[in-house]
Amino acid sequence: MNGIHGARRSTRPGWLALTVVPALVLLLLPIAAVYLRLDVRTVLAKLAEPEIVDALKLSLITSILATVVVIVLGTPLAYLLATRRFRGRRWLEALVDLPMVLPPTVAGFALLMAFGRAGLAGGALGAFGVSLPFTTAAVIVAQAFMAAPFYVSAARAGFQGVDVRLLEAAASLGADERSRFVRVMVPLAAPALAAGATMTFARALGEFGATITFAGNLPGSTRTLPLAVYVALQSDLDAALVLSALLLAVSFALLLSLRGALSRPVWMGSDAPR
Amino acid sequence: MTRRGIRWLVAIGLIVIAAFAPSVHAAEPTTLRVFAAASLDAPLRELARAFEQSEPGVRVRFNLAGSQQLAAQLQQGAQADVFATADERWMAFADSLGLLVGAPRVFAHNSLTVIVPRTNPGRIARLQDLARPGLKLVLAASAVPVGQYAREMLVDLGAEPGFPPDYARRVLANLVSEEENVRAVVNKVQLGEADAGVVYVSDVTPVLRRYVKELPIPASANAVATYPVAIVRGTRATALANRFVALLLSTKGQTILSRHRMLPATSEQP
Repeated sequence: MNGIHGARRSTRPGWLALTVVPALVLLLLPIAAVYLRLDVRTVLAKLAEPEIVDALKLSLITSILATVVVIVLGTPLAYLLATRRFRGRRWLEALVDLPMVLPPTVAGFALLMAFGRAGLAGGALGAFGVSLPFTTAAVIVAQAFMAAPFYVSAARAGFQGVDVRLLEAAASLGADERSRFVRVMVPLAAPALAAGATMTFARALGEFGATITFAGNLPGSTRTLPLAVYVALQSDLDAALVLSALLLAVSFALLLSLRGALSRPVWMGSDAPR
Repeated sequence: MTRRGIRWLVAIGLIVIAAFAPSVHAAEPTTLRVFAAASLDAPLRELARAFEQSEPGVRVRFNLAGSQQLAAQLQQGAQADVFATADERWMAFADSLGLLVGAPRVFAHNSLTVIVPRTNPGRIARLQDLARPGLKLVLAASAVPVGQYAREMLVDLGAEPGFPPDYARRVLANLVSEEENVRAVVNKVQLGEADAGVVYVSDVTPVLRRYVKELPIPASANAVATYPVAIVRGTRATALANRFVALLLSTKGQTILSRHRMLPATSEQP
């Protein structure tokens, strides 16, 4: 991780600082604009409103559950991609990454076409008495769909970073693949898995387009924080401001905590390439 | 930086400034920006084609959304020439903020209808069935004109013979989503995901009729939607915008609107 910094040469810091000013303005000004408009009384008043509390609770619960779903479904996938060579691997990798670049509305529409009541798998789900659209479960599906690539790619990189010699040593001591995975791979890749899970949670928390398209928009059951911001933008700008500030702060804190965790030396074991 | 480099920089800067600077003698704009309620999509597009034919070189561009969203966009400084809403509430809101020039004029009316998918998964045969628990009903949010009209209509239906007095409350208990405009309501029913939705009569086009069935609402309880139009303050296309509004109110314009099952503006005066 130190390679780039090692190559740093003495530039004139004045010029460099000047060239990053436009980028900083672009990044900071919108955030500053939100916080400069806030005043404590509005924040407290809005945060006590039941609709906002509902959206907050719903967002937390669905994002946590979406992260759990992604970990359960994504870990084997990441392990497969990290440890196996097979035909169509590139296709699978591209497929896994697809939601990252897909417009969320397209994802929501595709989910509707697949898991909607009248969708491809709708009949099969209906046979079990399950109808996903307009339910909290649909929110979780939309969030998991959109956020999964963040976990899978981080987990795959984590698994790939585990020193092969440690796995060989474990194998020579008689550990089968299952116990190598549980006792060597997962502990050594744990920071990467945690980082991926954090990114997934942050992305799920911010999910909007797929949610409103697939799950609908009803307070208490499907109106998450980003949807509440969207609704408030058309009726209650104060509420929109408070919710935006909240989402900005939480997302930034999550990303910051990620930096802290990743900069620790445990990242990929002491033999990690420098 | 070398002197040559600086000269280049200045030259590029001048070109950029020249490209973005508004020309001093600005001609009449050739684009008309119309912010219109989502329910006006089909009729206004046809009207715009007629307008473009009579105004060579002119292009009409639409921003179609829920009236509440358009009003919010104008409030935030969005640039537009003509503003047409599906109720008087959001027009009055824009007017109160000083966003309009002159008085808004009503150019059309509309009425409501209940649509269910052709497959009718909720087995809805009459309006009373909408109160049956467990149905999936989709409405626009009450900030959206059609959402507000729909809620008024449900209350009025409760006063009709053959309907329970708490009809509106029981129907609204089946609400599964509050959509941001009428097109989103139409889509949810068209896809067969919702059991029923309340939309405008004008939304039920021949194409849509292949996917949905209508449950007519008795005229005595049917809310009448009112569509006002106004010129937006700050427009540089005042003359063009005025001619567009004139076409909207003309016999030709009214004929086009009625072809899309909208009601003429004159129905206001009985």
